[in-house]
Amino acid sequence: MISWSGLVAQLTEILLAVLLAPILLGWVNQCRAWLQNKSGPGILQPYRTLRKLFEKEAVLAHGASPLFRATPYVLFACMCLAAAIVPILGTDLPFSPAADAIALVGIFALARVFISLAAMDIGTAFGSLGARREMMVGFLAEPALLMTLFTASLISQSTSLATIVQHRAQAEFVIYPSLAFAGIAFTMVSLAENARIPVDNPTTHLELTMIHEAMVLEYSGRHLALIELSSALKLFVYSCIGIALFFPFGIAAGGDSVGLMLALPALVAKLAVGGFAMALIETLSAKMRIFRAPEFLGTAFLLAVLAMLIHFLLEA
Amino acid sequence: MHLPLASQIINLLAAILLLLSFAMLTQRRILSLINLFAMQGLALTLSTLVVAYSTGQHHLYYSAALTFALKVLILPWVLHRLIRKLNVKWDVETLINIPATMLVGIVLVILAFNVALPISQLAGTITKSTLGIALACVLLAFLTMITRSKAVPQVIGFLAMENGLFFAATSATYGMPMVVEFGIALDVLVGMVILGVFFFQIRERFDSLDISHLEKLKEE
Repeated sequence: MISWSGLVAQLTEILLAVLLAPILLGWVNQCRAWLQNKSGPGILQPYRTLRKLFEKEAVLAHGASPLFRATPYVLFACMCLAAAIVPILGTDLPFSPAADAIALVGIFALARVFISLAAMDIGTAFGSLGARREMMVGFLAEPALLMTLFTASLISQSTSLATIVQHRAQAEFVIYPSLAFAGIAFTMVSLAENARIPVDNPTTHLELTMIHEAMVLEYSGRHLALIELSSALKLFVYSCIGIALFFPFGIAAGGDSVGLMLALPALVAKLAVGGFAMALIETLSAKMRIFRAPEFLGTAFLLAVLAMLIHFLLEA
Repeated sequence: MHLPLASQIINLLAAILLLLSFAMLTQRRILSLINLFAMQGLALTLSTLVVAYSTGQHHLYYSAALTFALKVLILPWVLHRLIRKLNVKWDVETLINIPATMLVGIVLVILAFNVALPISQLAGTITKSTLGIALACVLLAFLTMITRSKAVPQVIGFLAMENGLFFAATSATYGMPMVVEFGIALDVLVGMVILGVFFFQIRERFDSLDISHLEKLKEE
């Protein structure tokens, strides 16, 4: 039974995710600029870009099918749904029984399939090139992500993200070597999935090396704005999954409003630290060749499997 | 079912040891391989110290000191000197198919965990659950030796295997008697010196350290 307070909390959470996501992206870019001794565009820059894009006219290529037009909305809906499932502020989420951690991976896969189809829809070379690369990265990253989620599920005996977080937040402090491994694997996967530097360069202007950017080359206006917003939301959701699985301390356990108020500053602080860490990783590493990506993601998969094995050996 | 803190720390160090074994398996650069070996020695020293502290076994302090001196300081120093003299410091080995090697490594880890499970249930030490990891480290070091063709990485694999065996001894029975440990330490050191001489001989004979050339050493 969905209570009114639960529904309000849930809707607030989705709204918060949509509002905070561009700021997180701006913060990561700002940190990266600082680390490279540049002044940076400010953390509100993604908002300005979005406003500019929303005001522009959307241009469609000749021969674009309805799929091409629908994809930005599907993408945005997928990411909103993902944001609804992941415990961001509290664990009392009326929508969370709708999908567990495995379904969450499925939602990301759905978004990926749609954007790849849309990229191939127009028939340009760069679009299909980007789509193929995206699928390659995706099919390697997905098993690693699933293994990471399974490790966390094994510790708390449930695949529901809300239950995992509740269990982890309330349990006493225990060193889990398996979670440390899973955390490294998850970081690697989220770098690959969000098209960040070791795998893809989000600021590149060289089409031949693009993965994510190559797929959205044909989009413009409000469609592009929605896609950019979805990418920011994806980064936000991934960061929140990472926080929820590995540093859930400070999250509101029940649906109490005081806990939710306290959870917000904790979340912002954790996101700020996480964003800085991501910028640091991106500054310290160089983009690798596309054929090194299987090795990178293979390592992530290895770490995730090791985490599971170590859980069985040392913690069961 | 929560374990005591010392046991948790030992488990964490064991996991790090396993991770370092995998890193050595997939490392291409000889220089990084030596550094990883030194880090493995450091993890081994720390875990021995924690075991010594939590069980009150005094001889383990000596063995930790011995490990530190030998595996973190002397052997890496000797290896660094060797590769500098052999002029292979920046050598990069072409490892074929790293993902496949890693999958074989995972299979070995599963095997080691299963084999060690009945044995570790017999042991009464607080470190008994790490026996599987120790065995996995030994097998991974074996795999490192098998997949390499150059002489220096093979020797590092051999030394890493000794690390795994030492860890197995600590986790199963709180270490071997002091005399045995000194004997092994001396063996490793002397072995290293002899192998160092070998390196120079191999290179002088074949102009390379690729030991596949040794297969040609047949009397016609």
